[in-house]
Amino acid sequence: MEKMPKWADVALIPFLNLLIAFVLSGLVILAIGENPIKALQMMITGALGSTYGWGYTLYYATNFIFTGLAVSIAFKAAMFNIGGEGQAMIGGLGVALVCLYIPFPHWSVAILFAMIGGAVFGAAWAAIPAYLQAKRGSHVVITTIMFNFIAASLLNYMLVNILRPKGEMNPQTAAFPDATHLPTLHEMLAPFGIAFSKSAPVNVSLFIALAACVVVYLLIWRSRLGYEIRSFGHSQEASVYAGISPVKITMIAMLLSGGLSGMMSINNTMGEAERLVLNSVEGAGFIGIAVALMGRNHPFGVLLAALLFGFLYQGGSELSLWTKIPRELVIVIQGLVILFTGALDNMVRKPVERVFIAAAKRRAS
Amino acid sequence: MDFFTIVQIFDSGLRLAIPLLFACLAGLFSERAGIFDIGLEGKILVSAFFAAAVAAMTGSVWLGLLAGVAGSLAFSAVHGMASITFQGNQLISGVALNFLASGLTVLVGEAWFALGGRTPSLFGKGRFTNIDLPFSITKADAEAAGLPLSKMIEQANPVQQIYSELISGHTILVYVGLLLVPLSWFVLYRTRFGLRLRAVGENPAAVDTAGISVIGLRYSAMAIAGILCGLAGVYLATGLGAGFVKEMSAGRGFIALAALIFAKWKPVPALGATFLFGLLEAIANRYQSIDLGGFVVPVQFMQALPYILTVVILAGFVGKAVGPKAGGVPYVKER
Repeated sequence: MEKMPKWADVALIPFLNLLIAFVLSGLVILAIGENPIKALQMMITGALGSTYGWGYTLYYATNFIFTGLAVSIAFKAAMFNIGGEGQAMIGGLGVALVCLYIPFPHWSVAILFAMIGGAVFGAAWAAIPAYLQAKRGSHVVITTIMFNFIAASLLNYMLVNILRPKGEMNPQTAAFPDATHLPTLHEMLAPFGIAFSKSAPVNVSLFIALAACVVVYLLIWRSRLGYEIRSFGHSQEASVYAGISPVKITMIAMLLSGGLSGMMSINNTMGEAERLVLNSVEGAGFIGIAVALMGRNHPFGVLLAALLFGFLYQGGSELSLWTKIPRELVIVIQGLVILFTGALDNMVRKPVERVFIAAAKRRAS
Repeated sequence: MDFFTIVQIFDSGLRLAIPLLFACLAGLFSERAGIFDIGLEGKILVSAFFAAAVAAMTGSVWLGLLAGVAGSLAFSAVHGMASITFQGNQLISGVALNFLASGLTVLVGEAWFALGGRTPSLFGKGRFTNIDLPFSITKADAEAAGLPLSKMIEQANPVQQIYSELISGHTILVYVGLLLVPLSWFVLYRTRFGLRLRAVGENPAAVDTAGISVIGLRYSAMAIAGILCGLAGVYLATGLGAGFVKEMSAGRGFIALAALIFAKWKPVPALGATFLFGLLEAIANRYQSIDLGGFVVPVQFMQALPYILTVVILAGFVGKAVGPKAGGVPYVKER
C-alpha cells in the first residue's frame, strides 16, 4: 500500500497546517494596519523576555494542559467534548467548596482534596451528556454545548444567591483560607536563590499538570483500559465484537475528560484568584480543543501546544497593552489553528501525500 | 398580570424569536442536506458586525444588509469547503468558525472604529424602521392624543391591542422571517430541489446514483444557510439593536440549534420552537425572578431553560429527536 512516511504524518503535516494558520494570522494583523513582525517580537518579549512573562505563560499553559488532555482523551474514544468550559466552571465550584468548608492544616493536603473536588465536580458535569450518549444516543457535542450554558447559569446562581458573602457586591465567594494558598514558582525557587517574578501567578499546579501528561500517556498507551479506549475510537463495531462495552468506554472516557477539565481549577481558582469568581475559566476549556488538535491528541503534543498557546495568550495581552491590537487576536489565531489542523487537514494532507507517492513511484521505476 | 402585559411579552418574545428563527431555518437547510452546522453562532456574529459597520459607514441599512449577508456567506463557503470538498470534520469546522467570528469582529471593529469592539450607534436610515400596518394605532395617533404610545394602545380594545402591539409595528425583517416559514416548507416538501436536498441528507449515495450532484446540492444548502444566518445577524444589529456590540449574538446560534432539534428539523415546528425560546427570553428580561406560590424561580433558571429543554428532548424522554441520517458524514464518491 502506498503511503507517506511516518515523519511526514507526525511532523510535516502539522507543521504545514500551523504555518498556514500563522501566516494567515500575520495577514490579519497586516490588514488592520499593524506590522506582524513587530507584533511577534513584542509578543516574544512580553511572554518570554522576563520571569514575569514566563510566569504568566506557564500559568496559562497549566490551564491548557489540563483542558487539552481532557479534549484529547475524549477524542481518543471518538467523542468531541466541547463541554470543557462548563466542566471547568463546575470543577471550580468543587474546588471552592473544598477550600472554603474543610479546614486544612497545610496546602499539601488541601491540594489533594481540591484536586478530588474539582475532578469529581467536573466529571459529574460530564456524566449526564456521557450517559445520554451511551444509553440514549444523544449527540454528545450538542449536549455538552448545552451543558456549557447551563453551567454558566448554575455558577451565576450559586455565586450571586448562595456563595456570595454578605456585603460583597461582586458575584464571587469569600477568599479562601490562608492554609490553602498554593506556593507560587517565586516561593518555590527562592530557597534555591533563584529569583522569579513575585507577581506571576504560576504555581505548584504546573507540576501536577506535567504529572497529568505522564499519567494520561501511561493510561492511554500502556494500559488495558487505554487500549480499549483507543480501539473503541478507531472502530466501534470491531471493539464491540472484541467484547468491549461501548457504554463503559463512553462513560469512562467522558468522566476522565470532565475530571481533567475540572481539575484545571486548582490552577485558576485555588492558585491564582484564591476565590471563585464568575469568569474564572476565561475560555480555557475551548482553547483545549485547539491544543488537543494541534498536539495530535498525544500528551507530549498537548504539552507543546499548551506552551505555545500560553505564549500566545500572554503575548497577546502584552500586545493589547502596547498596541492597538486587541486581545481577541488570540481567538482569531485559535480559530485558524482549529480550522487548519482540524477541519481543513485534508487540504494539506492530500497534495503532500500525492507528492510522496509520486516520488516513491519515480524511485521504483 | 393584565391582558396588555401579556400582549407586550408576546410582542417582545416575537422580536427576540426572529433572529432565532432565521438561524434555525439556516440550520434546517444545512442539516437537512447532511451538514452539521454548529457555526450558526459565528455566522450570526459576522453578519451582525458587517451589517452594522457598513450601515454606520454608508448610512444605508440596505447596504448593511448586503454586507452582513456577504460576510455570513463567506463563512458558509469556508464551512462548505471544509466539510464538502476536503471532507473534514464538520463539528470542528463549525467550532473554528465560531472562534474566528468572535475574534475577527472585535479585531476589525477596533481597527475601523476604535470603540472597543463596538460600531457607532445606528440611527435614521442606518436602521430598519418599524412598519405600521393599516388601521393600527401608530405613534402619530398617540402624539395627536398627547399620550405615550403604549398607554394609547392599552386603552384600546383587546383585538386592537393584539393588532397594534403584537402584529403591527415591526421591521420588514420580522415579516420576512415569518413568511420564510411557509416558503421553507414549500421548498423542502413541494419542490424537486427540496426532495433532492432532503434525500442528500438521508442517503447521498442514492442521490449520486440518480446522477444528481451531491456536492452541488450540499453547496447550495450551505449558500441558503449563509443567507438566512446573515439575515439573523442583520436583524440583530439593525432591527433589534442599533449597532454592533462585542459578542452580541450571545449564544443565539446555539439556541437556534436547540430549537432545530426541538422542532425535529421541520420548518413549521421551527417557528413554534423559536417563538417559545423567544418568549422565555422575554419573560426572563421582564421579571428578575418569578414567584410560583412561595417558590421563587431564579432568573438564571429561566436563562438556562432553553438549553435544559433541549437536553431533555435530545434524551428522548419526551418524543425522540432523530436527525437526518447522513448528517455529519462527508460524502466520498466511490471509484
